[in-house]
Amino acid sequence: MGTKSSTWTSRVSALFLKDFKSELRTRYSLNALVMFAVITLTVVSFSIGMFSLSSKIKSSLFWIVIFFSAMSGLAQVFIKEEEAKTSTLLKLVASPESIFAGKLLYNLVLLLFLEIVIVPLFVIMLGFSILNFWLFLCVLVLGSLGLVCATTIIAAIVAKASVKGALFAVLSFPILLPLLVTVISGTNLASEGASFSQGLRDLQILFSYAVVMFVASFLLFDFVWEE
Amino acid sequence: MPNFMISLEVKSLAKSFGFRKVFEGINFSLGEKESLVITGKNGSGKSTLLKILAGLLRPSKGEVNINLDSQIKNRGERRKLISFASPDLSLYDELTALENLEFLAKVQGLDFKPDELNKKLDEAGLKGRGEDQVLSYSSGMKQRLKYLFALLNEPKILLLDEPGNNLDEPGLFLLDNIIAEQKKRGILVLATNDKREIKYGDKILNLDQQGFSFIS
Repeated sequence: MGTKSSTWTSRVSALFLKDFKSELRTRYSLNALVMFAVITLTVVSFSIGMFSLSSKIKSSLFWIVIFFSAMSGLAQVFIKEEEAKTSTLLKLVASPESIFAGKLLYNLVLLLFLEIVIVPLFVIMLGFSILNFWLFLCVLVLGSLGLVCATTIIAAIVAKASVKGALFAVLSFPILLPLLVTVISGTNLASEGASFSQGLRDLQILFSYAVVMFVASFLLFDFVWEE
Repeated sequence: MPNFMISLEVKSLAKSFGFRKVFEGINFSLGEKESLVITGKNGSGKSTLLKILAGLLRPSKGEVNINLDSQIKNRGERRKLISFASPDLSLYDELTALENLEFLAKVQGLDFKPDELNKKLDEAGLKGRGEDQVLSYSSGMKQRLKYLFALLNEPKILLLDEPGNNLDEPGLFLLDNIIAEQKKRGILVLATNDKREIKYGDKILNLDQQGFSFIS
């Protein structure tokens, strides 16, 4: 038998790498995420045409694109395990905590990759100016963390349901509403060039939201994952 | 794994899905080097019982205790002691056989070198197919790979559902060896209606007979 050396973190990284490798071969979520984001951005850009929009509206549109793109891709992390009937195998070999952490990490990387694609496209296509880049970056990272913590547990719930289609967005929206309001406000401040101290309140809310959602999701996952 | 004494104890076990009762009142206990064959017609609950023993389903009533050196093990500790292979179990089709085994070993906290896993693949009759995606495997080859997975942690309790399914003659010979090894190592429980496989058990639990008669 092989030697027993791996720690909890190496088990989580094994789960993450398995999903990452699997995604590179199947493009199960990546294509849906990127295509949805690019198409939505293009539609928004054409609808606006020559109109000049305020930074508040542009910030709202930016997060609407992120929200709906995330809805189209992040749920797949558990749905594909259920559809491929590999969830039983996972239950046999891994603890619920390490499964949740691995899936959360994978969704976070997927969302950050999506944002790397969306941000420059949004800036170019909608003429979105970011006057305080570091504030924008903090809002983006903390907002993504909160978004991923909430959507990963909702994805686990939805994967068990027989009607998965619209359920993910319907369940996510009320839970993500406080997050969306705050990220839009923070992005607007960053866009208008507000100082870091002016954006601190939004950053604190985003940080608290991410912590609360992470702890709640981590505790709840065991009950959702089991039969 | 150190040579601790293991036992599997099932008390007043019952399972229902909604209003449909699958089975009830199941009691048995198995000790080191004992084997049990569960038989019964389709829908009698053989696979369900195995899934409960594996910790994949919760029983509606009753309990399953696993004792290692007289200490009852919790769910996390049980995972290290039990292995389960079944036709329902799916491996990751998009990964190669070697990647599947590497992942399943790492996530269980086992550290195997690729050479060791390749050797295991050779022994299971999958020589030269380790780098192929499982997608390209036949059902019999997948079954062999599932056995390799189930034996990675050298389980003290091995649960097999319809073990001879999809296997050819060399595959059945491999199964004979796996079962003989497990009988030396710990406890074996298998669910089948195949007459050839019923002989693997020291005891038989027939789920069709009223009161679930336990034949020694």
